[in-house]
Amino acid sequence: MSNEATLHSQEVIHGAAHAHDHGHGHDDHEHHEGGFISKYVFSLDHKTIAKQFLITGIIWAIIGAFFSVLFRLQLGFPDATFPWLESILGHWAKGGRITPEAYYALVTMHGTILVFFVLTAGLSGTFSNLLIPLQVGARDMASPLMNCMSYWAFFLASVVMMASLFVQTGPASGGWTSYPPLSALGDASIGSKIGMDLWLISMALFVVSQLLGGLNYISTILNMRTKGMTMTKMPLTIWSFFFTAVLGVLSFPVLLSGFILLLFDRHAGTSFYLSDLFVAGKALSNEGGSAILYQHLFWFLGHPEVYIIILPAMGMVSEILAVNSRKPIFGYLAMVGSMFAIVILAFLVWAHHMFVTGLNPFLGAFFVLLTLLIAVPSAIKVFNWITTIWRGNLRFTPGMLFSIGFVSTFISGGLTGIWLGNSSIDIHLHDTYFVIAHFHIVMGVSAFFGTFAGVYHWFPKMFGRYLNNTLAYIHFWSTLIGAYLIFWPMHYEGIAGMPRRYYDYTSWESFKQFADLNHFISIVVIAVFAAQLLFVFNFFYSIFKGRKVTTTNPWNSTTLEWTTPINPGHGNWPGEIPEVYRWPYDYSKNGKDFVPQTVPLSPDEEKEGHH
Amino acid sequence: MDAMSLQRNKIHPHKYSLWIAMGSITMMFIGFTSAYVVKRAQANWFTFNLPMIFWISTAIILTSSATIQMAVKQFRNRNMQRYKQLITLTAVLGVAFALCQWVGFQQMNDSGLRLNGPASVSFIYVIVSVHLLHVLGGVVALLIMFGKAFRTRVRSYSSVPIEVAATYWHFVDGLWIYLLIFLSIAR
Repeated sequence: MSNEATLHSQEVIHGAAHAHDHGHGHDDHEHHEGGFISKYVFSLDHKTIAKQFLITGIIWAIIGAFFSVLFRLQLGFPDATFPWLESILGHWAKGGRITPEAYYALVTMHGTILVFFVLTAGLSGTFSNLLIPLQVGARDMASPLMNCMSYWAFFLASVVMMASLFVQTGPASGGWTSYPPLSALGDASIGSKIGMDLWLISMALFVVSQLLGGLNYISTILNMRTKGMTMTKMPLTIWSFFFTAVLGVLSFPVLLSGFILLLFDRHAGTSFYLSDLFVAGKALSNEGGSAILYQHLFWFLGHPEVYIIILPAMGMVSEILAVNSRKPIFGYLAMVGSMFAIVILAFLVWAHHMFVTGLNPFLGAFFVLLTLLIAVPSAIKVFNWITTIWRGNLRFTPGMLFSIGFVSTFISGGLTGIWLGNSSIDIHLHDTYFVIAHFHIVMGVSAFFGTFAGVYHWFPKMFGRYLNNTLAYIHFWSTLIGAYLIFWPMHYEGIAGMPRRYYDYTSWESFKQFADLNHFISIVVIAVFAAQLLFVFNFFYSIFKGRKVTTTNPWNSTTLEWTTPINPGHGNWPGEIPEVYRWPYDYSKNGKDFVPQTVPLSPDEEKEGHH
Repeated sequence: MDAMSLQRNKIHPHKYSLWIAMGSITMMFIGFTSAYVVKRAQANWFTFNLPMIFWISTAIILTSSATIQMAVKQFRNRNMQRYKQLITLTAVLGVAFALCQWVGFQQMNDSGLRLNGPASVSFIYVIVSVHLLHVLGGVVALLIMFGKAFRTRVRSYSSVPIEVAATYWHFVDGLWIYLLIFLSIAR
């Protein structure tokens, strides 16, 4: 197989292809190079790299969420002082109140960290790595070395971004989109000094990481499937990772070109984005640039990026819903087709972020139409999820609950997208809390629910142990209720015209009515943050002390990852890679609860013409 | 290893990854050239002639594509002496290409077309240097292949690495021709 060829060419087979199975993964004595470094640090095993992405993502998620707690303190309690803030933030919170500069830095970093480091690297990095080889039946990625480099590029990006938090002038603070001219001129704001350079360097490394990862995901899925695993026999998770990787590989380079031009504007005196500017009363020599050009380049990635975040969640939710309803997924091909439609449309709607930039209204009309068209594949997917669980034999595992929660938040957040996608309504709603509410529910919360569902469902495969269920249920209900309590009221604030990104609303007569609401939202934010820490505790505790998995297939699932030993070594299957005969959704079929993909078709099934 | 021969007709995963990577790099230059087109449509677009030496560098990189193709052929015939000479020649031509681009930048700079001048000039510097970085990446890859060809302990008979390098080399060659035509026409 080309699988074997790749592993051998990397000289990393680790003896995992030996024909015997230890079941508990302590096969260190078989490793050619053994050692802690090659096993846990610069590992080439896709499963270890997945865990590295996951744990790094969790650390970033704690930091990013904690930042939102800090700026919510300012928004909820604008007049209060918190002396402990000064002891952790120093002069950024003089007298116990976050300064405006610190506020903008916190908001910017919250967005950057959550969008890129957690929900892109942490989500698709983790599950693409873990599941692609396991579910398509491959020993590892097409290039394990590139996969390892992908993680370490992400790690370097993380180090640079982390360092930017500690420089004297603070991290980037021009918003996660880093629009010029603000982001291009160091004199315009302290957040546009060295912090902005570190942000750009970190993001460039991040793009490299995404490209190395994406290339691997695509060529693994297209080239390294086991015998019998035709494209239409792949689980929907794999389809979603495939489409995610395609989006990333095609859109991240465009973002990089936008960043390169921005770097030149910052340091080489070019004027790609700059024109007719005055800073501190002095006219700049830059002439003829266009700040809108950056927005085009940014949103050409920026919009596909939201699907890069949500598609893996969609794929995992489809799988988990089917497994825990004991029913085949409803409309498999429609699911694949709608994901494909989303990928195509993702590249054709970026200008709906730019309706109020002076975009030609006739051009805007096309973008409105294309944007609203996304409602069609999205609705197909929602319909199929609901019909999948309809009259199913539901098992409310934590993963299942988070999947159902995903469908809920995807619907309620998606519907507001129809409002915002209309260029005329957008004139009123643009840059208000309505936008915040929309994208946090449909992208932030939903993608987090998908991630949590994935972690709860595949934790037994990752660590050979279960997460604690009681903590999981507390985590689920407090997160679901909390998320709605936080973001639902923001719709009202947005409709009333309350702009986003402001430091303090107390001086506006029209927004005084929301003081109590903001107060309430901030308290819920603190409670939900505490609930996430419960999950973090559960995660790390269960790695070492969780209930042990005793069967290879704890969820009675059909897919290939559950045919590996409980703690698979590098190479995944101790013997031959299993062959695949059927699609992955044979649940409650012909009187059987489930039929794994590795079971050959019975003569009856062959007669009736199987999937 | 019977199974390996069964799949020999399938494209090697590394080659496949390279094709996707080339698509990705293409998207980056589409990003640049689209920005160029958008900017060009706006007011006060400044036009000028590209330095003539860019045509010489074109001839050099075209030649290097031919030499690397010959290197692949020699490798397949296990004619390692010729192979080493040819990849060395290709790498030298790559460096010569880089020098020509550099001289081109000097000429532009001397005639008053500076990096911090009009956007149309800045674009040339940025696009040409980002392309140049990709060529130099190819040179580094060739140097690694060159080092590997001298290893005596581990000998590689797989022609995949040199084929991957050659495909990439043709790609940056083609990319340059596209950029040159684009920048000459859309002035």
